[in-house]
Amino acid sequence: MTQLENVVRLPAPRRVALGWAFFERQTNLWKRYWAWEVVWVVYGVVNTLAITFIAKEASHGGLIRPAEVSRLTLFLLIGTLTWAYLSAVLDDMSLVITWERWEGTIEHTFMTPVSRTVHLIGMSVFGVVHATIRTAIIMACALPFFDINFSHVNWTEVAAVIAIGSVSLVGLGILTGILPMLYPERGVQMSFMVQALVLLVSGVYYGIDVLPGWLQAASHLSPATFMLNGVRAAMLNGAGFGSEGRTLLILAIFGLVMVPSSLAIFAAAERWAKKTGRLKRQG
Amino acid sequence: MNSAIRWPSEVPDDQVPLDVRSVTKRFRRRGRGQSQPGPGGRRRAYHTAVNSVSFRMRPQEIYGVIGANGSGKSTLIRVLSTLIIPDEGDVLIFGRDALHSPASVRPLLNRVSADPSFFRAMSALENLLFYGRAYGIAGPLVRQRSLDLLTRLGLEHEARQPMTELSRGQQQKVAVARAFLTAPRLMLLDEPTTGLDPRSKRTVQSFISDVRRDGVAILLTTHDMEEADQLCDRLAFLAGGRIVAEGTSEELRAHVAGSTTRKADDVDMEDVFMAFTGRSIEEDEEEPESREELQDDTA
Repeated sequence: MTQLENVVRLPAPRRVALGWAFFERQTNLWKRYWAWEVVWVVYGVVNTLAITFIAKEASHGGLIRPAEVSRLTLFLLIGTLTWAYLSAVLDDMSLVITWERWEGTIEHTFMTPVSRTVHLIGMSVFGVVHATIRTAIIMACALPFFDINFSHVNWTEVAAVIAIGSVSLVGLGILTGILPMLYPERGVQMSFMVQALVLLVSGVYYGIDVLPGWLQAASHLSPATFMLNGVRAAMLNGAGFGSEGRTLLILAIFGLVMVPSSLAIFAAAERWAKKTGRLKRQG
Repeated sequence: MNSAIRWPSEVPDDQVPLDVRSVTKRFRRRGRGQSQPGPGGRRRAYHTAVNSVSFRMRPQEIYGVIGANGSGKSTLIRVLSTLIIPDEGDVLIFGRDALHSPASVRPLLNRVSADPSFFRAMSALENLLFYGRAYGIAGPLVRQRSLDLLTRLGLEHEARQPMTELSRGQQQKVAVARAFLTAPRLMLLDEPTTGLDPRSKRTVQSFISDVRRDGVAILLTTHDMEEADQLCDRLAFLAGGRIVAEGTSEELRAHVAGSTTRKADDVDMEDVFMAFTGRSIEEDEEEPESREELQDDTA
């Protein structure tokens, strides 16, 4: 093997390990922009408290019986925390292109020998870890405000739903990340609109059965709907793998379909951007 | 290309760093503009940024591409960097097909552009760590190489400062360090000294000369004719997306002198620039933005 071939051919495990570069870079950026992280955590805590206090108001106003307060509190708390997690993952993934455009580094990053799949895996792993830490901090800050009984919660099921659901979320995040590549001026706004639609149809603060029929049909296209159903069943009713196996299966199918298809669509969008010269556009 | 003035040269087939064959790139234009047959033969308003460009670099050569703003230099560099897919032509980098198999050439390439773009909140070292790792270099080795390169460029004390705290010249030196960190075999330098003060410019030029001795082939675009004359083994002049002349600075001077009554020694590189691009350096520098940038904004 010539010296040149040595340079070109990295063994497969080292090619996958290149994804660490993106995890480490995002961690360094996270440290440098720590003030923004504080802002988002404070916003998350305030948002969680503001929504969950609605349960107490409902009790004081006589809308629900005192015995139902704890359940409604937990219902809303699950919604706010799950949304904090979902939106953190989606935000991080939608920044794959946008952040590089802000900094002007997109061409240098796209010239590196990292495959796009490995690049996106690195960003996804960071997004999931980042979202988990942020949500855990928000939860730790919010819990002392409420008297909630967690004794019946099936934590294993909760962890399984979040772990499997996160795969499909990453797929959704990659899809939203494509928009800024296709539409340099409006792509970021479009990805926020996708997030808003997910928030509406997925039953974050209410059950999807309160939605009009056509929105209920749309809710089945969102993996967040099934994630929330699974987490609520495990936390409110202590449901386990037996009763929630179908939810886990649906989430797994979402992941198996969405991740490869989003990677393929990303690759097609990148090729189109390179043909039309849009990669370097600053938006 | 076919009508370009060229001096024949023997280039060995093996280990040719860069072989560009009839590369053409058109961009669609909205609004004004004459319609031309674009990709697929459809008649639409297109701007031809690079028009049937061909050239072949020699091993360890510094090859200059000179042209006015909007002549197609940056589009050409982006095509060679695997960042723009051309409509026609082939690009071979050390014999590998850069258009159909870009992943096979990326480890061999790197690039410095006129605008040193970095993650601004991160330090020079953190930026270099990211790019080094993305090329598969282990962390400790990246740190060591980065500090060596930054020291050679006189930035050993700025390595841990956020990029926002570095001057434009210092940032450009970090960009040069980023490009050479990965030990590329072919370096694409797109106006690397634009906007630098004379001292910084000299440091970067001296660094380019040094790394050439390490066996790196360099393609350099520049507006600085003195720099082109001093650094480049051969020069190609690009006008309207086409190569209109290629040769050593002596050959090009002699050609320009031959078309006038002057002696070759009396012709400087700015005269050569005007002769082949049809405009003066001053006119070119006054133009606020390149046509390439403008046409991309309408894409």
